[in-house]
Amino acid sequence: MTQTVSRPGAGAQQVPLPLDVEAIRADFPILSRTVRDGKRLVYLDSGATSQKPLSVLDAERDFYLTCNAAPHRGAHQLAEEATARYEAARATIGAFIGAPAEEVVFTRNSTEAINLVAYALSNAATAKEEQFRRYAVGQGDEIVVTEMEHHANLVPWQQLCERTGATLRWLGLTDDGRLDLSDLATVVNERTRLVAVTQQSNILGTINPLGEISARAREVGALLLVDGAQSVPHQPVDVTTLGADFLVFSGHKMLGPTGVGVLWGRYEVLDALPPFLTGGSMIEVVRMEGSTFMPPPQRFEAGVPMTAQVIGLAAAVEYLQQLGMDRVQGHEEALTAYALAKLAEIPGVTVIGPPDTVARGGAVSFTVEGIHPHDVGQVLDDLGVEVRVGHHCAWPVVRRYGVPATTRATFYVHTGYDDIDALTDAVREAQRFFGVGQGEVS
Amino acid sequence: MQLQSMYQEIILDHYRNPHGRGLREPFEAEVHHVNPTCGDEVTLRVHLDGDTLADVSYEGMGCSISQASVSAMYELVVGRSVPEALETGEHFMTLMQSKGDASVAEKLEDELEDAIAFAGVSKYPARIKCALMSWMALKDASARALAATTPTGGDEA
Repeated sequence: MTQTVSRPGAGAQQVPLPLDVEAIRADFPILSRTVRDGKRLVYLDSGATSQKPLSVLDAERDFYLTCNAAPHRGAHQLAEEATARYEAARATIGAFIGAPAEEVVFTRNSTEAINLVAYALSNAATAKEEQFRRYAVGQGDEIVVTEMEHHANLVPWQQLCERTGATLRWLGLTDDGRLDLSDLATVVNERTRLVAVTQQSNILGTINPLGEISARAREVGALLLVDGAQSVPHQPVDVTTLGADFLVFSGHKMLGPTGVGVLWGRYEVLDALPPFLTGGSMIEVVRMEGSTFMPPPQRFEAGVPMTAQVIGLAAAVEYLQQLGMDRVQGHEEALTAYALAKLAEIPGVTVIGPPDTVARGGAVSFTVEGIHPHDVGQVLDDLGVEVRVGHHCAWPVVRRYGVPATTRATFYVHTGYDDIDALTDAVREAQRFFGVGQGEVS
Repeated sequence: MQLQSMYQEIILDHYRNPHGRGLREPFEAEVHHVNPTCGDEVTLRVHLDGDTLADVSYEGMGCSISQASVSAMYELVVGRSVPEALETGEHFMTLMQSKGDASVAEKLEDELEDAIAFAGVSKYPARIKCALMSWMALKDASARALAATTPTGGDEA
């Protein structure tokens, strides 16, 4: 278990923040509403879903107001315009991660993107087309995950193994909330077909050393899938240097709309995968006896796509690019350092995860001695501080650290030091309310 | 602060000093229920004498609401018949669905005893399942215990 470093008197320092929080807050109307009888909304749950700036809402509305039609169908002017907007958005979103447009597949969210890959790998085993069998997973093969994964990057792989007879293996965690890579060379071996790992833990905040994992995956010829749901929104990510074959992320966690996510894949790999969902717009020729399929990305986008959401996500990407992802990352690092120092000043508070900002993002999970996280969250909510409580869809992680659940605060571009002060004041209030803390436990 | 409406002193008392806690013999059925969104857990055993709940014993971990609820339920159901206890459970469910309507709580006050203190929870939808978990476990365990003890009630031939 990670211990709280007690630094009484060290003092939390407010270094100047890279982003202009007040100006940014003006772009997010929801932040000016109040909650629980007039309390200022202190939104510290961006890790679950982010709030949306006006430019994203405007982009979606503008699409519906001016050129709503089903893209890639029909020859009328609206359909042409909708297709152009949809494909321009694909190029914008691809450029954000250093990828060409044809390597960007739109899904509902990260969860669906991971399922797409997992089902493609089992469909490959039974594909009648030789070209789709290259990455088939079957008996004797191994899939590697880590103990740190969100359920979305764990359960689909468990299910793939159950469907195919492959074996699931995993890398464990160290006491200070990092991946234990001491057995990397044995866990990832010549039987490994795919390694699936998160770039940043949604519960611990840990940023993982992908280079080392990627090198080992390459060595044994395994594919590498990176879960970027908590990294792409918060730090620069470039697929040309990532060393991965797949990267997944969700629009709604990066200022974009719900209902759109991204699967990026190296073209050569995508091109060798059979489809997951089938139907309209992913086909080449359909006969009653059988069908052939379009090349990527269309092969993986069956049905009329979530056009307005994709356009909204492109607007979110442009908003983040204007801020600059380096500055977004620096902003959150300063906030995280401040939050860790402030929480360390409260007796009875234990941070679960790395105790400093080295290779660590802005997700801070903690427990308060003598108060269940649900009850902590309830007091925080009463004071307008909105955090996540529970196991954060990463049940093996809380089990690993011997706690039933945690309270988690996550930061984003509109978060300021005042939000973190509100958080720590509310934690102290929870201790007062339940009569614990300051060394006294009831 | 609205918190006092949920965290009544009675609830905090049950949480700090739970009644009837601990797993005991004999029992005819044991169930384990969880609240998957947050990880509250309860293991609950039922011992029947005829159709009377001779004992309800339990272990659990979780938030104050979930753990206080099982303690208050223990006080309310032990010594009662299964149908009576389940009817009380239905009324507790009604209270949880009352969205803070005081007239509902007033009608159920005599029947629910300490459990009426959970009326404030009904204003917080995210916490209702914490309060209901133990009652769901009781319903499940009672049905299994009845099936196990009633010669014509089970499938086992």
